[in-house]
Amino acid sequence: MRRFLRTGHDPVRERLKRDLFQFNKTVEHGFPHQPSALGYSPFLRLMAIGTRSGAIKLYGAPGVEFMGLHEENNTVMQIHFIPDQCQLVTLLDDNSLHLWSLKQHSGASELREEHLLYLGTESGNIFVVELPSFRVLEDRTITSEAVLQRVPEDYCNRRSCELVEALREHPKNPDQILIGYSRGLIVLWDLQNNKVTHHFLGSQQLENLYWQRDGSKFISCHYDGSYTQWPVSSDNRHPEPLENFVPYGPFPCKAISKIYWQTTKNGLPYIIFQGGMPRASYGDRHSISVVHGSQQIAFDFTSRVIDFFIIFSSEPTAEFDDPSAMVVLAEEELVVIDLKTAGWPAVHPPYLASLHCSAITCSHHVSNIPLKLWERIISAGSKQNIHYSSMPWPIDGGTNIAPDPPQRDLLLTGHEDGTVRFWDASGVCLHLLYKLSTVRVFLTDADPNDNMNPLGEDEWPPLRKVGTFDPYSDDPRLGIQKIYLCKYSGYLAVAGTAGQVLVMELNDEDAEHVVDHAEADLLQDQEGYRWKGHEKLKTRDGPVRFEAGFQPFVLVQCQPPAVVTSLALHSEWKLVAFGTSHGFGLFDHQQKRLVFVKCTLHPSDQLALEGPLSRVKSLKKSLRQSFRRIRRSRVSGRKRRGGSGNASEVQEANAKFDQDTLQEMELAPVQRKIEARSAEDSFTGFVRTLYFADTFLRDSSRHCPSLWAGTNGGTVYAFCLRVPPAERRMDEPVRAEQAKEIQLMHRAPVVGILVLDGRSNPLPEPLEVAHDLSKSPDMQGSHQLLVVSEEQFKVFTLPKVSSKLKLKLTALEGCRVRKVTVANFGSCKTDDYSENDLAVLTNLGDIQIISLPFLKLQIRYPCIRKEDVSGIASCVFTKYGQGFYLISPSEFERFSLSTKWLVEPRCVVDMPEVTSNNHVHKSGMENCSSSPLGTSVNNSRSDTHGDPIGILFQKFRKVFWCLQTSASPTCDEALLTSLFNKQFSCQEYT
Amino acid sequence: MNRPHRGAAGSRGLGTMEVKSKFGAEFRRFSLERSKPGKFEEFYGLLQHVHKIPNVDVLVGYTDIHGDLLPINNDDNYHKAVSTANPLLRIFIQRKEDADYSAFGTDTMTRKKNVLSNVLRPDNHKKKPHIVISMPQDFRPVSSIIDVDILPETHRRVRLYKYGTDKPLGFYIRDGSSVRVTPHGLEKVPGIFISRLVPGGLAQSTGLLAVNDEVLEVNGIEVSGKSLDQVTDMMIANSRNLIITVRPANQRNNVVRNSRTSGSSGQSTESSLPSSTPNILANFLQGEEESDEEDIIIEDSGEPQQIPKAAPTSESLESLTQIELLHEPTQNGFLPSNEMNLNHSAGSISMEYEVQDPDHKSLEEDGTIITL
Repeated sequence: MRRFLRTGHDPVRERLKRDLFQFNKTVEHGFPHQPSALGYSPFLRLMAIGTRSGAIKLYGAPGVEFMGLHEENNTVMQIHFIPDQCQLVTLLDDNSLHLWSLKQHSGASELREEHLLYLGTESGNIFVVELPSFRVLEDRTITSEAVLQRVPEDYCNRRSCELVEALREHPKNPDQILIGYSRGLIVLWDLQNNKVTHHFLGSQQLENLYWQRDGSKFISCHYDGSYTQWPVSSDNRHPEPLENFVPYGPFPCKAISKIYWQTTKNGLPYIIFQGGMPRASYGDRHSISVVHGSQQIAFDFTSRVIDFFIIFSSEPTAEFDDPSAMVVLAEEELVVIDLKTAGWPAVHPPYLASLHCSAITCSHHVSNIPLKLWERIISAGSKQNIHYSSMPWPIDGGTNIAPDPPQRDLLLTGHEDGTVRFWDASGVCLHLLYKLSTVRVFLTDADPNDNMNPLGEDEWPPLRKVGTFDPYSDDPRLGIQKIYLCKYSGYLAVAGTAGQVLVMELNDEDAEHVVDHAEADLLQDQEGYRWKGHEKLKTRDGPVRFEAGFQPFVLVQCQPPAVVTSLALHSEWKLVAFGTSHGFGLFDHQQKRLVFVKCTLHPSDQLALEGPLSRVKSLKKSLRQSFRRIRRSRVSGRKRRGGSGNASEVQEANAKFDQDTLQEMELAPVQRKIEARSAEDSFTGFVRTLYFADTFLRDSSRHCPSLWAGTNGGTVYAFCLRVPPAERRMDEPVRAEQAKEIQLMHRAPVVGILVLDGRSNPLPEPLEVAHDLSKSPDMQGSHQLLVVSEEQFKVFTLPKVSSKLKLKLTALEGCRVRKVTVANFGSCKTDDYSENDLAVLTNLGDIQIISLPFLKLQIRYPCIRKEDVSGIASCVFTKYGQGFYLISPSEFERFSLSTKWLVEPRCVVDMPEVTSNNHVHKSGMENCSSSPLGTSVNNSRSDTHGDPIGILFQKFRKVFWCLQTSASPTCDEALLTSLFNKQFSCQEYT
Repeated sequence: MNRPHRGAAGSRGLGTMEVKSKFGAEFRRFSLERSKPGKFEEFYGLLQHVHKIPNVDVLVGYTDIHGDLLPINNDDNYHKAVSTANPLLRIFIQRKEDADYSAFGTDTMTRKKNVLSNVLRPDNHKKKPHIVISMPQDFRPVSSIIDVDILPETHRRVRLYKYGTDKPLGFYIRDGSSVRVTPHGLEKVPGIFISRLVPGGLAQSTGLLAVNDEVLEVNGIEVSGKSLDQVTDMMIANSRNLIITVRPANQRNNVVRNSRTSGSSGQSTESSLPSSTPNILANFLQGEEESDEEDIIIEDSGEPQQIPKAAPTSESLESLTQIELLHEPTQNGFLPSNEMNLNHSAGSISMEYEVQDPDHKSLEEDGTIITL
């Protein structure tokens, strides 16, 4: 009956729900997964990154971000900004072109100019496409025949034009474009007269071209690792190269795939090129070399270089390039090099941080950090960043108009290499504040000093490692599994894969001290069990030097050294609780004394005792056995049949038998066993959650500190703690005694425990009341206990535990709770109303909001695909109804459930004034494509059509306009600017 | 934690087994040779002897590992009682003339009994059935077909009763597709099917479920649109009181009802179910409330107890299974025995924390849940 009441709508509540809850995916933090293309507009000072999944992201000044997604989800091959426009063209790997434009929503009239797009093709022809209509101007096509007309006979015979490798507009004269063909021929084409003016007869396979600023020279780079300078003058139509140079010769070198020539006031040019390393010894390096006079550095990147660009003076009137920075997009990170400061240091990027420089193993979010702690963390972090350049971020297009974030939020990520990174998660830019390493406490195989081997002065090539991406962990046991930060006291507890629990304190100075050790034997006196998993980490003896920041002062080592599965810190009582798959313990970090341990194992749970290795072994074993079984059955089948009949019959029978077996194997459907959970199930002792509360555990007149623990087997243990008063804190021991134990009959894993005070509000965090940041809890009324298992939410009364309310989730919907947090939701209409609810993520990737204390489902949003297991596992909620989850190893998606707390990009890109060069609008921008033509197309050219032009339309397809507002990435009327995708469908032209 | 103690208790006398027998308010303790229990007649005589009731006709019962009171009236169930007793065999003896047959059966030991039930069913104490064996109360229900009156004939709603851990529910489900009648004609839609029955499992032993039966609902919730994993989780979450509605693959054993004129054999689920849904839900809710699992709470100072209901529903008395009675430890309930407590507390003393009043802690044993 109750169910019908439940569905009844209360209009007041419904209205309130609309004011409180709203689901938005607001911004993606981190580094795009699998980037494939880079573009830069010196005019807008915006950078664009395309990815293999068809996403395109624009970045300018910190906070200025746009994102769009091609509907086709194909790899973005090239990105070209249209000069002096808020538009860009992308080329995808399906040979389609897409025009994107940044549009002002506020109806500012836009300059409509005619732009031409030059498309170089594999056949050697160049097509001219009019923008924005994508109309091909057939009469202006530059065919290879026309180009070859005046090429000397012997050169022409030796090689055909092959594909168009590079197209470059003349820096001063927009009527001339430089065309480079892959076999080495370079021509200067006059667009007015439709003829070649200069021929440059290169002998090496061409990779790329670059004009000198004044247009008197250009530079070409080649496949053999050389670059060549060519003069351009009106008297010589067939000039010889000025200089041909192999920078890393004389041994064979890899190709130089891109080159820049930048002039400076002092006369010495910057020559910056990608690749060109000696093939045999350094062929595997991903390098970009910068040469400026006698200075030369080959920047060695941690992953493949996708593309790079140089930021230089874009003023058309300026005489010199004067490069200021180099921006390099590598596969796993973005590196910016300051070219103005001596030594060319790297610039600390304010966004696009490589979250995955070591794989993320856990994350923890702390809202509303007090200013004092915030400043101390920043100052600790700034000491780590001294090697970075002080240059302001050079990509500064657009204006961030988002209001300042209302509070300071920290996102802490734990990594596989034993580090914890502190990110500023207050705004749109996820920015690294401070990096903490726990490695120093332990002895590992790798010597900490042998990273960054310093190169000698005369080392050649002059390689310098840049970037932070380092996915190779020295020891997987160092991995961080749980983090707990107390924002008021600056205490931090960190727990890892090998059962290590470190308690740290923030210290503003470097210090050298001994880390105290304690062991917690969680098996107690359980006999006859053998841990077959990894060993504990060896610790460093004697004092250890720690840099300013969080410095560990005590290490609690769990025995057996299994992964720490839960962690809680109470900074007021100076206690830390930790749990593994074997049990849990409580440690007094003031007196550095273990208070108690409790083994949660079920005696029959052999798997948990032996550790993870035996499990792998048994899986292998069972696989092997099953293969043996199949083989045996086949062999016996053959034998049976072999007894009678002739050979062919046997063969036939065998073939049939094999087929049958195969079919049987293929047809075996996915099955699921329906079985009630029993006490004997494995990993029932796994401690899932730990919680400290000051509540009425024994009787309703006196409240006392308590520790609650929930296990995988649906058991909740409650311990009554006796913490001595502050003045005798060091003299008397902390005592604990078990007060209660609750066995949930449905035996589902307990994922959350919470105590609600007399007003049904969750108890405040430790020290929150002491800092006047929270009302003290109501200790008069009766407290309630909320136990969240994977399947049900249950409210019990306290101190006498009796079931009061429950919400069955799995039994009704078939989904299970994966993450749960209490979140505070404020109304967007009135400032004074806010309420606490549970934010829940299920295994189906849905997010549900459940009211407290009545456990009513408020609202449900699909958020993560249910197949995205790592996304669901990585999700972390904030205290104010936002959340993060990993959409790739390197990117967090941020979402918001609240109408009030919303962190999303709000930015404007103003069109800078077009100052001079009125002729620009007539000239085209270049774009070249070197995608292979399909064989069928080649055939049709030679056979059916006499006219080669028709073929190339086929290749590039006809395009139509189709303006879709839905394709705009952030379709919010409050946004002034957003991206529009002007799409065109592809149709074969015949 | 409990297993080792039980083992220790059992191994105390290797071949012998403790017997604790209760008649009226009196207890007798003696031991039996576990390997050679002898015949029921001898045991009966022994009981009469130790209780000094040589000429009284009595009914003998024992508590099995699930906490159920089961009768001993022949060699077979006597041997079963001896072989399963661990560590001790608890015997309850009643005079035949005032025997309470309703005391036997499922959940008798954990069932709560109160005055109300005595008022409601006073005949329990008076009635003396003539036939001792095959009392329905002596058997626990395994499964039932329910809601026959409101379901289409092609469907079957089966309720499985799961007790203890010895017998698994024992079936597997898979994805499949079935043909339905929809407004657009026949359509192939995905469905969930039973793929395998575990031999000896509960599902197979009922005979009500078969391979290739299509699962339509789980505890009143339609499975259409749900994934295999979701349905699996729903079934497991409801496993203590699992009600599944199936369309049997074999439609020849269906219950035929004459009263229904609109006998809709072969009709699709979509067309037939909505009309009956509210009714079904109401039924389910009752079932759910009654046999709902109760968590076990152990307080350090008190006795273990099941969580009392905050608001007992009175209308749930009209039951499909058993009625919830309030618990009365002295009568038919479990008996807090001191030596058990001592055993138990020996294990729970740990070096790091003090155990307060270990004698007040007690062990509860109700078959599936053994907790400290």
